[in-house]
Amino acid sequence: MKVLTANRLSDGIAVWYADGGWAETVGHADIAHDKAAEDRLEAIGAAAYANNEVVDVNLIDVEVVDGLAEPVRLREKIRAAGPTIRTDLGKQAAPEAIQAA
Amino acid sequence: MYRYDEFDQDFVHARVAEFSDQVQRRLAGEITEDQFRPLRLMNGVYLQLHAYMLRIAVPYGTLNSRQLRMLGHIARKYDKGYGHFTTRQNIQFNWPALSDIPAILADLASVEMHAIQTSGNCIRNVTADHFAGAAADEVADPRPYAEILRQWSSVHPEFSFLPRKFKIAVTGAERDRAAIQTHDIGLHLKKNAAGELGFAVYVGGGQGRTPMVAKKIRDFLPEADLLSYCTAILRVYNLYGRRDNKYKARIKILVHETGVEEITRQIESEWQELKDAELKLPEADIQAINAYFAPPALTDRPEGDALVKQARLDSKSFSEWLDQNVVTHRHPDYAAVTVSLKGIGEVPGDATDSQMEAVADIAEKYAFDELRVSHEQNLILPHVARADLKTVYDALVEIGLATANSNLISDIISCPGLDYCALATARSIPIAQEISQRFASLERQREIGELKLKISGCINACGHHHVGHIGILGVEKKGSELYQVTLGGSADENTSVGEIIGRGFSSEEITDAIEQIVDTYLGLRLSPDERFIDAYRRVGPAPFKEALYAGETKAA
Repeated sequence: MKVLTANRLSDGIAVWYADGGWAETVGHADIAHDKAAEDRLEAIGAAAYANNEVVDVNLIDVEVVDGLAEPVRLREKIRAAGPTIRTDLGKQAAPEAIQAA
Repeated sequence: MYRYDEFDQDFVHARVAEFSDQVQRRLAGEITEDQFRPLRLMNGVYLQLHAYMLRIAVPYGTLNSRQLRMLGHIARKYDKGYGHFTTRQNIQFNWPALSDIPAILADLASVEMHAIQTSGNCIRNVTADHFAGAAADEVADPRPYAEILRQWSSVHPEFSFLPRKFKIAVTGAERDRAAIQTHDIGLHLKKNAAGELGFAVYVGGGQGRTPMVAKKIRDFLPEADLLSYCTAILRVYNLYGRRDNKYKARIKILVHETGVEEITRQIESEWQELKDAELKLPEADIQAINAYFAPPALTDRPEGDALVKQARLDSKSFSEWLDQNVVTHRHPDYAAVTVSLKGIGEVPGDATDSQMEAVADIAEKYAFDELRVSHEQNLILPHVARADLKTVYDALVEIGLATANSNLISDIISCPGLDYCALATARSIPIAQEISQRFASLERQREIGELKLKISGCINACGHHHVGHIGILGVEKKGSELYQVTLGGSADENTSVGEIIGRGFSSEEITDAIEQIVDTYLGLRLSPDERFIDAYRRVGPAPFKEALYAGETKAA
């Protein structure tokens, strides 16, 4: 299972593709379950990159935990949450993330 | 300290205007990321895990209070209230929006600062001994030469697209506090038998995935020949350095593959063409730059002796801080102070906006408005009257920056690691924090004595692990963080690269392993005066391997 991630051009904030747009949290990102869906996400990413919305576009592995997408690799977990040594910063500190938790 | 002349100021303003325009065009979609990336990197803007990162140059680590206050202002207004001082004497902000960077650069320019050449395959910020101009043991202040190199290397057309990045460090003392032998060029300012100033020149040092100690290629280069000789080195490198493989592109690889004798011959041959031409430094120019670095007028303050003596009796913690964080100054009534950014359990090198402002206030009142950033990620007040030390200490206590751990095991160099860095493979800061907490007792740290512990979160070695007495390298193995330990590294005048001691440790095991290494050292040292590095050089890795892995060997 994969989701599409990138950093927003204007402020560099990590974002994930969800519901036709770019969300600031990973939980509800569109999940690709097969190669065709991965190709579709990749094409969306390439278009958004070409359209100067986002940079550093990547497909990353996720698993679903309690109905929410969660990155598999530690690097992507940290990107999705924020620095592990500053839990007051990054997504983990945002009200939305707190509510989701 | 150096003040911008009209040319410098115009140049920096012009660059701010140029890059602001490039940012606007990028945000408007007029230029692509592929076009923009090299432009943003030339201006210190990286993209990291969570956001952009802006690296600001602090030339040879020297700042005044106005500049440090501006860094505090930027931290508060554009970032998240803190900054990270780096091993190249610079500062990084972890969260700036690209759209704010033009405003940040304009604010920096207003205090004679910028982010030019803090990235890219060019000559980076020239670093220097953080006690330069104050150290009792220095022959001369190395910073005027660092400034001459800065002027020469800034947007140098021939050296803006080198095979790879290029780092120069300068020291003015026999005791090397600038780690010059780990640099592409290391310069040791010294005097010859006739009392003339010049440099021992080292080439080809570096860390990263292929650590190398620099080779001395000249024992004495007259100061007037500084630029012509560096040009000769850069020319040989620019011509023959590998461009086919990023990992083999640093000059250390060229020196290694060519051989010291042959590369020295090539450099000397190139230099013969250059040495008597326009790059020869006129004495008047050297003096003009020297004048900017004239030491402050240090009036005699002999009352300091009695005041310090009394304050020592009154306060044990002050006395410990004096022993650990205060070093001898060339003027007997003064001292150089290390402001530790390594509070127990804190993030090495981080300072908050209000801490930056408070340290700036202290520098303005008690340190002739001068500050330094050390490559060990601390701040330095280079000129403090001994009579004012207790007042400075009390002010540092107020802001939580009076930890008395300079050169002790908790004075850890750490890169940002996987908590921030896009290249990292493992976290380094939490490991530094856990080790710092494990050894929190100052009494225990002082019993252990000088111990340089350095942590990198990937093979690029920004945390200098190769030259730590104890080095820790974090890697990713089978999806988990794994920490390799090296022992016996050193970044002083006897630079050495540490040796990998054995299999790595998980994040849960690594602090215990470090404690075991330290306990082994305490058990085998000949006396409390035998430092960890000296003991390691005497006994080698065997006792440490035995302590760490003996059980496994027997089981096997």
